[in-house]
Amino acid sequence: MTTQFIAVFFDSVVYSSWLFIIAVGLTLIFGVMKILNIAHGSLYALGAYTAAYFSGIWINLGYTPYFTFIIMIMSALLVGLTFGYIIERGILRLMYGKDEIVLVLVTYAVFLILEDFIKIVWGVNPYFLYQPYSILGSFNISELTYPNYNILLFLLASLIGIFITLFLKKTRKGKILISVIHDREISSAMGIDVEKVYLITFAIGATLGALGGALTAPMISVQPGIGAETIVLAFAVVVIGGLGSLPGAALAAILVGIVRSATVHFAPELDLFSVYLVMATVLIIKPKGLFTLPESRKI
Amino acid sequence: MNLDKTLMYLTGGMLFFMLLGYHLPKWAIFLATVSLCYGTVVLGMILLVKSGLVSFGNGFYYCIGAYTAGTLQILFGVSEIMIMISSSIIISAIISFFVGYLLRNYRDIFFAMLSLAISMILYGLLAKSSALGSTDGFNLSPKTFLGMDLYNFQNQRYVIFALTLIIAWICASIIHLLIKSPLGKISEAIKDNELRVEYIGESVKSIIHTNYVISAILASLGGCLMGLNVGHIDPEMTYWTTSGEFVFITLLSGTGSVLAPFLGATIFETVRSFAYEYSPNTWQMVLGITMLLVIVFLPGGIWSLFNKFKK
Repeated sequence: MTTQFIAVFFDSVVYSSWLFIIAVGLTLIFGVMKILNIAHGSLYALGAYTAAYFSGIWINLGYTPYFTFIIMIMSALLVGLTFGYIIERGILRLMYGKDEIVLVLVTYAVFLILEDFIKIVWGVNPYFLYQPYSILGSFNISELTYPNYNILLFLLASLIGIFITLFLKKTRKGKILISVIHDREISSAMGIDVEKVYLITFAIGATLGALGGALTAPMISVQPGIGAETIVLAFAVVVIGGLGSLPGAALAAILVGIVRSATVHFAPELDLFSVYLVMATVLIIKPKGLFTLPESRKI
Repeated sequence: MNLDKTLMYLTGGMLFFMLLGYHLPKWAIFLATVSLCYGTVVLGMILLVKSGLVSFGNGFYYCIGAYTAGTLQILFGVSEIMIMISSSIIISAIISFFVGYLLRNYRDIFFAMLSLAISMILYGLLAKSSALGSTDGFNLSPKTFLGMDLYNFQNQRYVIFALTLIIAWICASIIHLLIKSPLGKISEAIKDNELRVEYIGESVKSIIHTNYVISAILASLGGCLMGLNVGHIDPEMTYWTTSGEFVFITLLSGTGSVLAPFLGATIFETVRSFAYEYSPNTWQMVLGITMLLVIVFLPGGIWSLFNKFKK
């Protein structure tokens, strides 16, 4: 019995870290720009594919597999910055005045375009990148064996969380971002270049999404459809935590991680169902999620 | 007598296609039936969109309609089409009545995301249930229609097409009358300014609830008919990308008229079938680009082109 609880504990730590990494970009973009970025899923997929592709080339050339970690991070940066810039400047900029829901449809259209872009560039066969996962080895806890890669995931998730929180609270740029989150018009009136803030936020959010994908690539088979699967999970986490709230995303990731790991161990058929059940339950109790900014009702 | 133009077009169109369909090749009848099914689902979304709510969860009822028919067949051995259709309507009405109590409190993004989550809950349940075929789904073969034996009937496809056509015609007429009725007008008012509607004395939440139940019934009708037409149902029907397709057709057709969803659905189906044949890996890209173009240049959908030409 204790083995099961240890297993649930470690599984939830890993799963929560993974959820946090993919959700944090989404919630940041929503907080600042009030756009629910469905294309986040395809940025995740692009990050995974780019990481798998370049690392694959590197390894096939016979160089040291330890460098693939750097390649993964670099490819995430590459994807995030280029696609983030292109999407924000090229498409979203044209749509800023419109309704929130129209913007969601715009990001959905971008998602569809990028999904096929991936299929055209990389084909439909799966890519496998197991080297970063396997070269780290594993550790043993009682009877269970866990790959060390999971520890890396946990460390990175915590680092990302701490780094972003510090960035938002201590640096000047971060405080500017917070002010845009709270009130775009007043920030603009105070002289903040809101358009530039939007671009930077989107680029950061896109990079984080791509980073999530790059880090996940060694754990899964990279194939078409991973974007669509992941985006629903990311939504669930972001909505539970409260759209736009970073501590919310962290808490939601932990909650969903624990519930899902427990479900997988004790009632495996209810796997996906449990995540959405948590979401429905939280929304019934707190309709806007766990942490939300107070809003006045506009007449 | 004041003849309603749209109703005239609807009836005329229905009779025309009923006669035409007899002479069309099987593949054309199939495409036409699929377009009608999709059109029926999107027809349900018109009232919701008029209220300002985009639902990413119509796939939920689409799937429920199909699976009701399917489970009736495999659990109880029912093979009468009219029973399948009536039970889809009843079951989806009951489920949407209860789910509506949750969803009517949300607007905008939350409505869309919560409806998406609910459809994914069903996906999660169906994908893991091996009794219902897991992700493969199972086959649905109707055997009788109002007592007539269909199994070896040569024109089975045509009978299902005719049935779909009649049901679509009935639904479109009803929805058209609803849009012209106070319900339709109040829904439009809700989109403009909810608070004012409450000040008038109308309950915004019950109207949204009503629109939601209507869209659910139509979606499940569409699903049931689609299941009968294709002969196979699977959990993919409730995956969020299916609902995304419905949203796309809604966007494409606009909310100008009840004829618009059928036009939009036909265009969508035709382009999809030919795109799959010639270039399967760019279909979604075409969809995405078209969606962006429609949002920027034709926010009222294709139907707004007709209005422009009238003027």
